[in-house]
Amino acid sequence: MGRMKFLCDAERCIECNGCVTACKNENEVPWGVNRRRVVTMNDGVPGERSISVACMHCSDAPCMAVCPTNCFYKTEEGVVLHDKDLCIGCGYCFFACPFGAPQFPNGPAAFGDRGKMDKCTFCAGGPEETGSKAEYEKYGSNRIAEGKLPACAEMCSTKALLAGDSSTVSDIFRDRVLRRGKGLEAWGWMTAYGSGDQQREQKREREGQK
Amino acid sequence: MLTKKAAVAAGAGRRLRNAAARIVGQTMDRRAFLKRSGLGVGAGAIATQLPYNLIGSAEAANTAEKRTGSGNEEVRRTICTHCSVGCAADAVVKNGVWVRQEAVFDSPINLGAHCAKGAALREHGHGEHRLKYPMKLVDGKYQKISWEQALNEVGDRLLKIREESGPDATYWIGSSKHNNEQAYLLRKFVSFWGTNNCDHQARICHSTTVAGVANTWGYGAMTNSYNDMQNAKAALYIGSNAAEAHPVSMLHLLHAKENGCKVVVVDPRFTRTAAKGDYYVRIRSGTDIPFIWGMLYHIFQNGWEDKAYIQARVYGLDKVKEEVMKWTPDKVTEVTGIPEEQVFKTAEILAKNRPSTVVWCMGQTQHTVGNANVRAMCILQLVLGNVGVSGGGTNIFRGHDNVQGATDVGPNPDSLPGYYGLAAGSWKHWASVWGVDYEWIKGRYVSQAMMEKSGITVSRWIDGVLENNELIDQDSNLRAVVYWGHAPNSQTRGAEMVEAMMKLDTLVVIDPYPSATAAMAAMVRKDGVYLLPASTQFETYGSCTASNRSIQWREKVIEPLFESKPDHTIMYAFAKKFGFADELVKNIKLEKDAQGWDEPNIEDILREINRGTWTIGYTGQSPERLKLHMKNMHTFDVKTLKAVGGPCDGEYFGLPWPCFGTPEMKHPGTPNLYDTSKHVMDGGGNFRANFGVERNGESLLAEDGSASKGADLQMGYPEFDHVLLKKLGWWDELTEAEKVAAEGKNWKTDPSGGIIRVAMKNHGCHPFGNAKARALVWNFPDPVPLHREPIYSPRPDLVEKYPTHDDKMAFWRLPTLYKSLQTKVKDISREYPLVMTSGRLVEYEGGGEETRSNPWLAELQQEMFCEVNPKDANDQGIRNGDYMWVESPTKARLKVRAQVTPRVGPGTVFLPFHFSGWWQGEDMLKYYPDGAAPIVRGEAINTATTYGYDPVTMMQETKTTLCRVMKA
Repeated sequence: MGRMKFLCDAERCIECNGCVTACKNENEVPWGVNRRRVVTMNDGVPGERSISVACMHCSDAPCMAVCPTNCFYKTEEGVVLHDKDLCIGCGYCFFACPFGAPQFPNGPAAFGDRGKMDKCTFCAGGPEETGSKAEYEKYGSNRIAEGKLPACAEMCSTKALLAGDSSTVSDIFRDRVLRRGKGLEAWGWMTAYGSGDQQREQKREREGQK
Repeated sequence: MLTKKAAVAAGAGRRLRNAAARIVGQTMDRRAFLKRSGLGVGAGAIATQLPYNLIGSAEAANTAEKRTGSGNEEVRRTICTHCSVGCAADAVVKNGVWVRQEAVFDSPINLGAHCAKGAALREHGHGEHRLKYPMKLVDGKYQKISWEQALNEVGDRLLKIREESGPDATYWIGSSKHNNEQAYLLRKFVSFWGTNNCDHQARICHSTTVAGVANTWGYGAMTNSYNDMQNAKAALYIGSNAAEAHPVSMLHLLHAKENGCKVVVVDPRFTRTAAKGDYYVRIRSGTDIPFIWGMLYHIFQNGWEDKAYIQARVYGLDKVKEEVMKWTPDKVTEVTGIPEEQVFKTAEILAKNRPSTVVWCMGQTQHTVGNANVRAMCILQLVLGNVGVSGGGTNIFRGHDNVQGATDVGPNPDSLPGYYGLAAGSWKHWASVWGVDYEWIKGRYVSQAMMEKSGITVSRWIDGVLENNELIDQDSNLRAVVYWGHAPNSQTRGAEMVEAMMKLDTLVVIDPYPSATAAMAAMVRKDGVYLLPASTQFETYGSCTASNRSIQWREKVIEPLFESKPDHTIMYAFAKKFGFADELVKNIKLEKDAQGWDEPNIEDILREINRGTWTIGYTGQSPERLKLHMKNMHTFDVKTLKAVGGPCDGEYFGLPWPCFGTPEMKHPGTPNLYDTSKHVMDGGGNFRANFGVERNGESLLAEDGSASKGADLQMGYPEFDHVLLKKLGWWDELTEAEKVAAEGKNWKTDPSGGIIRVAMKNHGCHPFGNAKARALVWNFPDPVPLHREPIYSPRPDLVEKYPTHDDKMAFWRLPTLYKSLQTKVKDISREYPLVMTSGRLVEYEGGGEETRSNPWLAELQQEMFCEVNPKDANDQGIRNGDYMWVESPTKARLKVRAQVTPRVGPGTVFLPFHFSGWWQGEDMLKYYPDGAAPIVRGEAINTATTYGYDPVTMMQETKTTLCRVMKA
C-alpha cells in the first residue's frame, strides 16, 4: 500500500470551505466539531493565502507520543487513527499537535468533561469492523476500504487539497510548481512528514521496483 | 478492520503499492490528472480506474448496507442547485433515503469539485428546518392547515380579487430555482390567469446583461463557457467575485493561470478572487464606464484595436470612439479614483495577451447604469476582436442554478418563452404550440392592450401596491402577491416592503423555505398569509441550464419530504381550481403521485418547449438527448466540451443553446457564440441580424468574406424566412409537409423546423442571418454608454457633471424617479458619507434562508457583519467584533458585527446580502412559523437599501448607495 498524505496548495485554495462541508457530510460530524478547517493568512490584503488544515497523519506523530492511554495507532498506509474506547479525553494530543487537529465534542471544558477526542481519519474509519455501523458512528466513513479517497480532497473546488499516495501527490504538486514557477513551499509538509521522509520513501520505492 | 500499528504486512503492502503505481503510470493521462488530483493510492488507485458504477455497486453498496441495514441502493445523478456553474453530484439512495453524496469526476464542468454549498447538498435529504405542511396566519400566528383547505382558501381569495379588480391585481414571483419545465409552465400558467405581472430573480441579477448584450449582438447570455476560460491568455474580472460566488469556475481559471493566463481583478473590495489574481485595481463603486473608456482610450491611442475585425463585424464604433476620447486619463482618475498607470496596465494586459476574456456579475449589472455598463464591456471585447473566439468572449456568470433557463423560457413580464416578446404574432405562435385558441387567451386578459404590455417587475412590486392608483399603468393596484420560490430580502427598499406587505389583501408563499417572507409578513399582519410547502429540485426531475447555456438533466433523488409537492404539481392543482387545467396540459400527460395528486409529466413539458422555442435553439435538446449526455459525461473533452467518440460523438456537453432545429437534425449545440471559425453544424456562428438590414443608409450586415466557415453565403445576410428561401432558390429543398408548415413563416415561427434545416444543414448558413454587432444601440436611453453618477452619490461635484436620467412615467407600468430624486439627495453624503455595497459569501446563496438552514453551512458563518476599513472604524470608535449600526438615507438601521479590515478601502463598507431574520436590531424569531426558522439569522442589507433602477430593465441599484456607521 502507499503512504497516504495530505497536501494543500495555497496558490489554489480559495477558502471556499468545500472540504469542510464535504467532511461534515461524509462523516456526519456534529456542530462544533471541525475535523477540517480553512485558515487564511494576510486576510484582505495582497498576499492573502488560505490553507485547508486537518490532521496531517504525521510520520512521527506527536499525538501518538504523548497519549497516556496509547490509543493511537498507524495503519499500513500511514494513516494515524485512534481508539475512542481507550481515549479518556485528556487533551494532551491537542497540545502536542502542531496543526490543532484533535477536537473535543464538549469544547474547552475541564479535564474529564471534554468528551472523547475526534479528528480526521483520512476517511479511513477506525478500529471497529470495516464498514460497520459502529465504525461509522464512532469514526465516520471508511472510504479508503472502498477504494476511494477522503471526501474533502475528492470534492475540493479547485483541486488545491490533494490527498493520496505520497509520491503521486508530490508529483502533481511539483508539476504545478514547475508550470507557474512559484509556490514551492508546501505548507505544513515539512512539519508533518519531515525532511528525510520523502527521500526515504522514494528510496523504498526504488528498492521495491528492483 | 484496519491493522494496528506494528502489524503492517510490509511485503504485501509494497507489492500492492507497486502494482498500483504501474497502473497509474499507464493510465494517468492529463485528463485523469485533472479529474482526480491526488489519485493513486494503493487499492484506491486500482478501484478508481474502474468505471464509476462498478465501484458504486460492488463496494459502496456493501458498506452502506452495513451502515443502514439491508435494502436497495441506487445512485442518482443530480446537479447542484446553488449556482450557475452546474456541478454534477451523485446521490446514493437507500430505501428512499439519501445516504451518501459522491463526487462525479466524469463531469466535464466540475470534475468532481464542489464548494461548501455543493459539498453539503445531501442535507436537502434532511430538511429539518423546512416548512413541513401548509400553514395560514391566524391572529398573528402561523397554524397548520390541510392542503385541501389551503388550495381552496387561496384559490377563492385570488379568484375573488380577479373578479373584483381584474387579473392584473395579482403578482406572481416565479423562480430561477425552478427547473426549465416548471419555469416554462409557470409563464403559461400566469398567461392563462390573464396577466403579465410575473417575474423572477433574473430581473435583479442579470436583466441588464440580457438586455444590453442581446441588443449588442443577438443573444443575452454568456458567450463562451467556464471550461473555455482554460484557453484564455488574460482574464479581466470586473464586478465578479467568482471565488465566492462561482467557486468551481476557479478550477478552470487557476488551470489557465498556471499556463500563463494573466488575471486582473477590478473591484471596490480586495476580494478572494483578487487574492488569486495577478493584478488588482480598486475602483470607486459605480464608475465602471469611465474605467472601461479609460482603457479604450489607451487601446485607441496605442493602435491596439483589431481594425480588420471592427471593419468586418462591428457597427457604430465611431460614435463610441468620440465619447471614449473625451475620457482623458486625468478625468478617468478624477471619477474612478484609479491612477492612470493602473488603467494603462490593465488595458495593456488585455491587449497584449489575446485571446483575453472578461467576466462580470452583479458588480456591473445592479446599477442605475447597468445596461450601459455591460454594453461598454461588450464594446471593449469587440474592439479587441475577442468575441466569437475561443479563450475570449464575455463570460457573464449567472447566479442561480437555473436563472439562465428561467430567463430563456420562464416567467418574464415582457416576454413569452424564448424571448418572443408579447406581440400578437408571438401570442399566436405560442397559442398554437400550446394547442389552445388565441382568442381564448385574449379573453383571459383585461384587453389585448394589457396582453401586449409588459408587466410590473419584481424589483418594483412594492410600488405596484403602494403607488397612487392614478399614476400606475393598469387598472388596479396589486392586491395579492404570490412568492413562488423567491426571497424577499433580495429586493431593495425592505423598509417599504413591509408597508406593502401590510397593505396587501393576500400574500401566498410557495417555497421549501418560505420563512423570510413569512416572518416579515407576520411582523406587520394578523391574517391573509398562506405558506405552501414546495419540494426542492432533489425531489423532482427535469432540466436546468447552466451559465454556459449547457442543459443538464436532474434525476429525482428522493420523494418529496414531509407534505411538500413539486412546483409543477402545485401549478396544476391551482389550474384546476382556477378552471384552466385542461388548457394548461393539453399536450402534457398527467401521472398520479403517491398521494393521488396529478403531476404533469416533465418530459412532455420539455418536448413542448422543444416544439416552440426556435429563437434561441431550445429545440434540439430532447429529454432523450440530454439523458444520453448525462450518462456519457466521460466522453466529453474538458477544454472544448466536445464529445470524442461514443454515442454523443461531435456534440457539445449539454447541447448548449442554440441547439437549432429538431432533435433529429442533430445540431451539436453551440459552445462559443458567434464563432466564425466553425461550420454552423459544428456549433459555429456569427452575429445576429436582429435589428434590420440598414440604418441611415449604412448596412448593418457583416462585410463580405466575414461569415461562418463553409457557409454558402460568404457575406452578410438577413434572417431567413419563406421569402428569402424562395429568392435563393432553396425552397424546393423543403419536403412537401415542411412547405405547408413554412409558408408565410420565418425561421422562428416555422413549426416544422424546415427553414432552419435547409439553411443550416444544406447551406451552412445561420438562420438568424449574419450581421454586425452594434456598438451603438440606438433604441436605448444612452445609445453610447455614458457615465452617470449613482442617485445616491458620494460626489455632489460629479453629480453636476454627470447627472442621471430624467424621470420616467409609465415605465414597466410605474412612474420611476431619476433626476428629481438625485437632485433632492445631492448633498446627502454630508450626513451619509460612506458608500454601502453588497455581495456574496461562499457558504450562502441568494436570500439565504435555504443555506442558513443547513447546519453544515450555517456553522461556518454564524453572524451578519459589515466590512469597514480601519480608518473609518477608528474615526467612529468601532473595534473589530463590536456590534455597530449601519444607517442608510432611508433611516433604516442595521445592527451588525464590525469586521475591521483593509479588504475595503476607506470610504466604502461592504455587507453580505444573504441574511434575514433580524429587523433593525431585533431578532424576528417569534414571527417565524414554528420549526421553520433558519439556524442563522441576521440583518438583511436590503432593509436599508435605497431607490434606484436601470432605465431599460428596472434592475435595482444595490451596489452603490450611501450610509453612515456608528458603534452600537
